[in-house]
Amino acid sequence: MPVSTDNSTLIYRALKDAGVRIISALPETWLVHLIRMAEDDQDMTLVRLAKEEEGVGVSTGAHLAGAKSAMLMQNHGFLAAINGIVSCGQLYRIPLLMLISQRGSFGERDPWQCEGGGVTEHVLEALRIPFDRLEAPEHVGKRIAKAQTLAYSASRPVALLLCRDLMWED
Amino acid sequence: MRRLDAIQAIYPELERSIVVTIMGAVAAEVQSIGHRPNFFYLQHAMGLASSVGLGIALARPDLPVIVLDGDGSVLMNLGGLTTLARYRPKNLIHLIFDNESLLSVGGFPTATSTGSDLAGIAKAAGVPRTATVRSLDELHAQFNAAQRAGDLTTIVAKVDAVGPSGYVTDLSLLENRYQFARYMKEQEGARP
Repeated sequence: MPVSTDNSTLIYRALKDAGVRIISALPETWLVHLIRMAEDDQDMTLVRLAKEEEGVGVSTGAHLAGAKSAMLMQNHGFLAAINGIVSCGQLYRIPLLMLISQRGSFGERDPWQCEGGGVTEHVLEALRIPFDRLEAPEHVGKRIAKAQTLAYSASRPVALLLCRDLMWED
Repeated sequence: MRRLDAIQAIYPELERSIVVTIMGAVAAEVQSIGHRPNFFYLQHAMGLASSVGLGIALARPDLPVIVLDGDGSVLMNLGGLTTLARYRPKNLIHLIFDNESLLSVGGFPTATSTGSDLAGIAKAAGVPRTATVRSLDELHAQFNAAQRAGDLTTIVAKVDAVGPSGYVTDLSLLENRYQFARYMKEQEGARP
């Protein structure tokens, strides 16, 4: 599978360095290595969800209880989680750290992934969620750390887009 | 059984636990009996109270967590029951008040009014202990049994479709949120 193991490892290490100890996730192709790493890590609690919006609740509970967490989801999962993000994450000023695989961008071969790719950034902007793109290995460590710093200082959800050039090795 | 009486009946247990409630009538009724810093009211995001409870229970397995839910909310996040069952937090009691209606928006009947059985759904989702109760005595008995069992339990309490006259209280959402987080932080020192 051409999902980048090296770059998934970089992302996972950045999450560990950020003190993340609870990860919620719904499987999607680009996230497989990250989910396996969380599963194999004795010090990580992996919560496999039925739907991404649940992850907002799990991360909210974890934050209120003093634990750092992250959410792994596809951009279509982000779209499915929006009410939770707005009426829990934003309403209650929760520093959600959302890692969103940006499917449907240039190079996408799956026709069913294409609509979400075109709207994800616009929706993030409309929701006033600060976000940045992870497109190259050198972005990963710094941008994940900075995103979490802003999430906590602003006490608001933030997002990182996991882009094709980082996640997929054609 | 009135929901207010049911909440009153278990209030001593709520005082000793970490409590997450849904919005509207449940939050208002709990506050009418008495707010505590260990109570968090999720005043929107219908369906996510049980997910918030799961996040707390996983982060702090040493603390008893009680989620006060409702039929309308649970029906919006039935998948969450499978997630709860999958991780089976032994410190979580999920109490669902089922009045078979969306009372706060006009009393429109929910699917539990036509036979959908939330305890049955929770059981089929894999929740190890489930019960439906129709009286305060039954509620007491099942609640005490859940605490003794020390395992994830879903109790569906069938209640009358009556509620308070209003839902807005003088406790602001963010005040509650930060007070609750501070309370949780203070429990850090109490870790076993």
